[in-house]
Amino acid sequence: MKYLTEFRDPELVHGLLEEIRRTITQPWVIMEICGGQTHAIMRNGLDQLLPSEIELVHGPGCPVCVTPIELIDKAQAIASRPEVIFTSYGDMLRVPGSDRDLFSVRAAGGDVRVVYSPLDAVQIAQENPERQVVFFAIGFETTAPANVMSVLQAKALGLKNYSVLASHVRVPPAMHAILSSPGNRVQGFLAAGHVCTVMGYWEYAPIAQKYHVPIVVTGFEPLDILQGLLMTVRQLEDKRFEVENAYPRLVTFEGNRSAQSIINQVFMECDRKWRGIGSIPASGWCLRPEYADYDAEIRFSVAEIKSNESPICIAGKILQGLCKPIDCPAFGSQCTPEHPLGATMVSSEGACAAYYRYSRRTP
Amino acid sequence: MSDQSLPIMLGPVCPLPLTHKKQIVIGHGSGGTMSHDLITRTFLPAFDNPALRANDDAGVVQPNQVTRLAISTDSHVVWPLFFPGGDIGRLAICGTVNDVAMSGATPLYLTAGFILEEGLEMDVLNKVVASMQIAADEAGVHIIAGDTKVVERGKGDGLYINTSGVGIIRDGINISGAEARPGDIVILSGPIGNHGMAVLTARGELGFQADIQSDVAPLNHLVAAMLSAGQVHVLRDPTRGGLATSLNEIAHQSQVCITIQENRIPLQPAVNAACEMLGFDPLYVANEGKLIAIIPPGDEKAIIEAMHATHYGEEAVVIGEIQKAPQGRVLMRTNLGSTRIVDMLAGEMLPRIC
Repeated sequence: MKYLTEFRDPELVHGLLEEIRRTITQPWVIMEICGGQTHAIMRNGLDQLLPSEIELVHGPGCPVCVTPIELIDKAQAIASRPEVIFTSYGDMLRVPGSDRDLFSVRAAGGDVRVVYSPLDAVQIAQENPERQVVFFAIGFETTAPANVMSVLQAKALGLKNYSVLASHVRVPPAMHAILSSPGNRVQGFLAAGHVCTVMGYWEYAPIAQKYHVPIVVTGFEPLDILQGLLMTVRQLEDKRFEVENAYPRLVTFEGNRSAQSIINQVFMECDRKWRGIGSIPASGWCLRPEYADYDAEIRFSVAEIKSNESPICIAGKILQGLCKPIDCPAFGSQCTPEHPLGATMVSSEGACAAYYRYSRRTP
Repeated sequence: MSDQSLPIMLGPVCPLPLTHKKQIVIGHGSGGTMSHDLITRTFLPAFDNPALRANDDAGVVQPNQVTRLAISTDSHVVWPLFFPGGDIGRLAICGTVNDVAMSGATPLYLTAGFILEEGLEMDVLNKVVASMQIAADEAGVHIIAGDTKVVERGKGDGLYINTSGVGIIRDGINISGAEARPGDIVILSGPIGNHGMAVLTARGELGFQADIQSDVAPLNHLVAAMLSAGQVHVLRDPTRGGLATSLNEIAHQSQVCITIQENRIPLQPAVNAACEMLGFDPLYVANEGKLIAIIPPGDEKAIIEAMHATHYGEEAVVIGEIQKAPQGRVLMRTNLGSTRIVDMLAGEMLPRIC
């Protein structure tokens, strides 16, 4: 398949692996930010092919996993109301809140629908003027433009029955949080290619300079990831800490200016809780006051719902590469995939879920 | 930690679902882990008997000294009722014919139960019934009993069909998911993912169109050709949950490891493209006209040749082999030379956003 097959070419992959082996002289800890990259690394078994000097630490860049439990509980409260059609990206339906997920809400009679685009939710609102249609607007910078566009379109159409439950998160503040935490082990970053497609990479130079870490904008196919790793390793070996772009076929320095412009028109920065990590200052986007009419939290008065992560969960430390799952007192007892206390057990890509499933097979 | 126990790949989706022990949710019908949990926790304890416990697509019983019967049942709730390459009627016949055939039986008789929704166009019903007869003729089975119920408008998606089937197993045939042996060869009868993606695109919700035809087909003649050519240990049609889920069922039933090669798994470009766009792994997408066969290595050439000589086996390929350990595990050698675990489908397959 054009634009995919060539980036999965085994010969080129092994060429890049060889180049990485030739370049590396000492151990390095590198974090891939994005859950999509984690997925690609696991799916292609890249971790088995890399030289042992590279320790990959999986970052917090899975929007489904880091959406705070409080928002999930709020989503369930809204979706349970009889007048509401609750629309969401499919992934979110199975994420557990305090005691259930959106699938359970649907089974109990809630009108919960999977949409492939927030614009589909706007269309549902047009077709159902007597119902309230809510879209669960989650994600990083990548999904923000489409989610914002749905608000703008609803406004242009004069829809009074459309709102969004927004829980947007941003990558740069999370990188600050990881790098400034005591005992941080991450020495270089693969930045998330699709986030940078929207935002460009002008935001990252101050991070590279402040913390002396190389940051390489990286894509999602095996060749993209290895190219990103090679560029990161070269910088580490050369003691450079710059922002480089290994994904130029999609990412420019400026990013998509018109997307950034509509994001700024509708959203403003706010503090945001990350599931398993806690609150990170200015790490989220929420609706500006002039768009309060489209804010489902206000429309359905769910701002009062407060839910807390388990205080014993150490997912934040695991996500930062500081701890292993077996260091956690709750691991495998109070915290299991069936009853997860934190993000790393919620996500099937999470370290705790992986350890849980395989530790019994380990001598 | 040995190489084979490394947490390499944990499934096609991001978050782990809850187990949903209190209420039925849509994932219980996915054919994956949740469906299996429902069977083992609810149905097996209630109905427990050796035929059911064998956990195959059809129950095999021997009512007297000479006859072994394979009996299976399947309900069809597909929406839309008509999709490229098939319709609910053809699906209802093929689904049950194939379940019976996967025990090595020759399917003979079917029953059909119709649940009709008030307001269903008679034309639609006529078309579906005609399609059923065409499929039954192709499979060489007779529909010998039926039932009709009508439910109020809004209480059914137009039309649901249940079919049950019975077939006879010849002497000397012993096919079950528990019969895979180390050293055996894994054969797949053709490209995967067509049915699931055809139905999904036919719903018109994806914002793109694709020329993907469902593979829905009766496989009993293909099975007969294979059984004439050599010995077969396991047959399974990878329907809901896809190839990955069926292989996991077999690995578990036989307590063996199944290793498949990524570059040998046939996939049509349009199916591959649609899966890439939606973030689906074709290994988990439903098929309705494909089978997995596990056979002893000596019979590989004869059976593949026999398959290639039939219409629904023309594209049959060897995709892997059976190993002793790690038991109950499915592994895939990737195109890049690494190895990853292929897990069962966890719940309902959903498009990923990340």
